[in-house]
Amino acid sequence: MLNTLWRPFSNDIFEPLGSSGWGWPENPLAEMNRLSAEMDRMFRRFGMGDRAEQPVVTYPALDLWQDENCLYVEAELPGMAIDDLEIYVTGGNQLSIRGERNPPIGGSGTWHRQERGYGQFSRLLTLPCEVKTNEVDAEFKDGVLTITLPKSEAAKPRRLAIKGE
Amino acid sequence: MAQELMKKQSNGNVAVAERTRTAGTYTPRFDIVETKDELVLYGDLPGVPKDHLDIHFENGQLEIQGKVEPRHTNREFVYGEYGIGDFYRSFNVSEAIDAEKISAELRNGVLTLHLPKTESVKPRKIAVKGDK
Repeated sequence: MLNTLWRPFSNDIFEPLGSSGWGWPENPLAEMNRLSAEMDRMFRRFGMGDRAEQPVVTYPALDLWQDENCLYVEAELPGMAIDDLEIYVTGGNQLSIRGERNPPIGGSGTWHRQERGYGQFSRLLTLPCEVKTNEVDAEFKDGVLTITLPKSEAAKPRRLAIKGE
Repeated sequence: MAQELMKKQSNGNVAVAERTRTAGTYTPRFDIVETKDELVLYGDLPGVPKDHLDIHFENGQLEIQGKVEPRHTNREFVYGEYGIGDFYRSFNVSEAIDAEKISAELRNGVLTLHLPKTESVKPRKIAVKGDK
């Protein structure tokens, strides 16, 4: 497991990082429980609508979307550039994102608020299906990273031909 | 004074009344540093393009509103650790600010906002007269 080091400026709104991996367990019931817990967490968050006061336990937070052909992993990484990031896909379905966010250049002033975190981070994520490792594409725009991962042929949904008489 | 200088004005609920979309509105994280000449604010606004960012300063109240375009239309949501939505935050600034000279820059989702102090409130070394 990759180590994560994410040093916030102030500890009043951040919490230290724990294990940063997440994935799809083999037990479907456990998977449902986990999803349900995640949904609860998300709705709480939508309800409060307040990012600045939510403790962040993993960084970066990831969203996952899909269509017929691709998976899309998205992360908000404001202040970074694509060159600051190392993105790997290994074993067909293991996505790893590493990087470092530099502290802001504040000079010799007086800090009134320090809510943004900085430091090294890494995440390892097990994708829900195999992807074509050679065709993975990453785009970085306005501080949002989007990784496009084409599904392997075997993982794509396929319509079965039904033979008649 | 340092603590009193800026107070968070709301939890972002001000934006609820004028919100027209169903997505949530989030309070962005900010760093604020004060030098003798200015206040500098650094805010994380990922996904906000330059022309969708509104910054308003009036009577010591600074409002920052960023609109985020939907990013995954026609895709199926699988798993999420954060929500995507607009950003809103406001601050009360008790220092006298030269509003004409406020400047803002948005780069890679980070807003850098310079609020220069007016001449009258800048710290000044006072020459002391006395006998020789």
